[in-house]
Amino acid sequence: MSFLADPRWRDAAAHLPDYLGSHVQVSLAALALGLVISLPLAILARNHAVIRGILLGLASVVQTVPGLALLALFYPLLLAIASLTLRWFGFDFSAFGFLPAMLALALYSMLPVLRNTITGLNGVDPALLEAAQGVGMTPRQSLFTVELPLALPVIMAGIRTSAVWVIGTATLSTPIGQTSLGNYIFAGLQTQNWVLVLFGCVASALLALAVDQFLTLIERGLRERKRLHTMLGSVGIAVLVTATLIPSMARAPSTYVVGAKTFAEQYVLSALIEQRLQAAGLQASTREGLGSSVIFQALAANNIDVYVDYSGTLWLNQFHRTDMPPRERLLAELKEILAKQDVTLLGALGFENAYALVMPRQRADALGIHSITDLAAHAPMLSIAGDYEFFSRPEWSALQKAYGLSFRRQRQMQPDFMYAAVASGDVDVIAGYTSEGRIKEYDLETLADPKHAIPPYDAVLLLAPRRAHDAALQEALKPLLERIDIATMREANLRASGSNANSSPAAVARWLWQRIGGQ
Amino acid sequence: MALAPLIAYAHVRKSFANGHDAERVAAVDDVSLDIAAGEFLAIVGASGSGKSTLLRLANRLLAPDSGRVMVEGEDVRDVDPVRLRRRMGYVFQSGGLFPHMRVADNIAVTPRLLGWPAAEIAARVDELLELVRLDCSLHRDRLPHELSGGQQQRVGVARALAARPRIMLMDEPFGALDPLTRDTLGDEYRALHRRLALTTVMVTHDMTAALLLADRIAVMRAGRVVAQGQPAELSNDNEPYVAELLRTPRRQAERLNALLPGASAG
Repeated sequence: MSFLADPRWRDAAAHLPDYLGSHVQVSLAALALGLVISLPLAILARNHAVIRGILLGLASVVQTVPGLALLALFYPLLLAIASLTLRWFGFDFSAFGFLPAMLALALYSMLPVLRNTITGLNGVDPALLEAAQGVGMTPRQSLFTVELPLALPVIMAGIRTSAVWVIGTATLSTPIGQTSLGNYIFAGLQTQNWVLVLFGCVASALLALAVDQFLTLIERGLRERKRLHTMLGSVGIAVLVTATLIPSMARAPSTYVVGAKTFAEQYVLSALIEQRLQAAGLQASTREGLGSSVIFQALAANNIDVYVDYSGTLWLNQFHRTDMPPRERLLAELKEILAKQDVTLLGALGFENAYALVMPRQRADALGIHSITDLAAHAPMLSIAGDYEFFSRPEWSALQKAYGLSFRRQRQMQPDFMYAAVASGDVDVIAGYTSEGRIKEYDLETLADPKHAIPPYDAVLLLAPRRAHDAALQEALKPLLERIDIATMREANLRASGSNANSSPAAVARWLWQRIGGQ
Repeated sequence: MALAPLIAYAHVRKSFANGHDAERVAAVDDVSLDIAAGEFLAIVGASGSGKSTLLRLANRLLAPDSGRVMVEGEDVRDVDPVRLRRRMGYVFQSGGLFPHMRVADNIAVTPRLLGWPAAEIAARVDELLELVRLDCSLHRDRLPHELSGGQQQRVGVARALAARPRIMLMDEPFGALDPLTRDTLGDEYRALHRRLALTTVMVTHDMTAALLLADRIAVMRAGRVVAQGQPAELSNDNEPYVAELLRTPRRQAERLNALLPGASAG
């Protein structure tokens, strides 16, 4: 009872029209594109063993690429193509969100359709092919009036498999900016909101099941030549698609899109920005769970309007700088570099979220480790954990170079699990975030960096090129600048990491706003 | 022979690749055969004798390796095969009906390909159902699997007749039916052949059926026509294979005569 009364269900349900609609939209487009490509290919390939082998081989290889990787690959690929079309033909397109997700999913959907279409067509009784020829059909007429209709049940079974695959895999399109039911799962995982994860899983499973059932009905109708089944199945699919699409189509497209990366702090801050914009009477929505390499490009391409990044991250990862000026100079220089790309650095929020090496205070005291210099001597006996990107980031190589760090073992971990892991002794050291609330909660110590290998990470508000002169937006965001100190952000993050009704990003954002003096 | 034959095979050969062997197997080996307008010719032979191949050469479902096949005075090689097939009826073994189409649509296939107006096609379908003695309202909208074997073959004949062909090619048309149905359908078809002034080439392995239905019989063995003629001529033929083929119908006729006094064969 209390489980169902949890307000997080209501929060989750409020997003359903948007997430479900976008999910159905991208799945449907991908399936349609996949069909349009696979069907003719299968028809061409059915009588040519070599082409058939190559085609099915390629499609099988695509299947072995993990869905997330395939989706992630399409983003840089499209970016590259967009920059080429811009240079050669004077136009580019958005490599963000819908397009890469649809293309990757379409590619993913091809194997079952190809295989079943070829099997179905080659399974048509040769006596009927001769009959078709004998009554005077051309090969084309035979294909369309005899072979394809007879192969249809088998083709339909392939389409059904594809549909279920695509609907399942579409949940992975969130990090490249396509809203889907995966938004629940990614957000829930990042903020330890298991209600959201469960909601997302159940919703996408139900969607896949419903589509599967309707398509099964159509397939049975075709196989047993029962028009009623085919009709009921088609009506079911049509109703499902319209019901999910209408709300998302009818919704006014929001003017301002607030981006967020894949961790809790970002979810809270994007919710805060969304709330501030709405309070100022502006139409706003969030696009969460974006990969950190995707999000800046998305802003620069005007796909999102505003988000919070960190000065050091931009400095090292985006602009590949190796010099390390002091904090104020770095910020000033960064603002200039960004301005060259028409991106506005509106200002800093007031806190820093730096990478820091973190270990339990007791353990650090016992070993006499208080800085990374101290740590270097013990490192060969210790293990370290970092988030998914840390060990490939320049900060890590800078640290290794500056202090000669070499650990016994290093592993990657979901950021939210790192703090508990280091507190319990599963790992000895973690590359944590300085604004993380659990550093205080678990009594962890952030080790000093006397050689300044890690740059400053001021949280800064970035605006898209098209918002450079948007006074209303900038006015609405001003009250946030220089108002959030590190203690406040840590407490907000601690709240967001909880697993209760008040830990949703929106709830924490409201708390944060009151805390920094909003009314 | 005042009239040119409607179908004429002249020294026709056709061979097929034999699996992975380089050697080719001759299915039709130097066959010359004329079929006159209005004639009902049965081609009789065991399976593998080349009789079905010979039939398929007439509407260019197959092309000869050498020799010439003439239909209505034209070399079939000079005619668009699709148009050639549309003006010849073809009845397939066990019907060959399209299982996903209703009876009416199966029958209407060739007229539709020829672009007849819809009203004309509908009238023709009803006319044909009546011709093959199927109840229009009862059968028109059925699917083939809902019909008995005999009914399916009636639809097969109706479909072949739909575009008013002069020539009918039939490949073991009544082979898969029970004896009573086979007999009835055979008789009925023979009547249609006369009434519509068709020229019919029927392939069968059943000598009795051939004797009862056809005007003339060509006997094939190992790709060659070893004998041809009217039943009476065949019975005087010296070819041992022909005698062997005739033995069964002869013995059946004698026994039936003995068992059923008063009945007479032929």
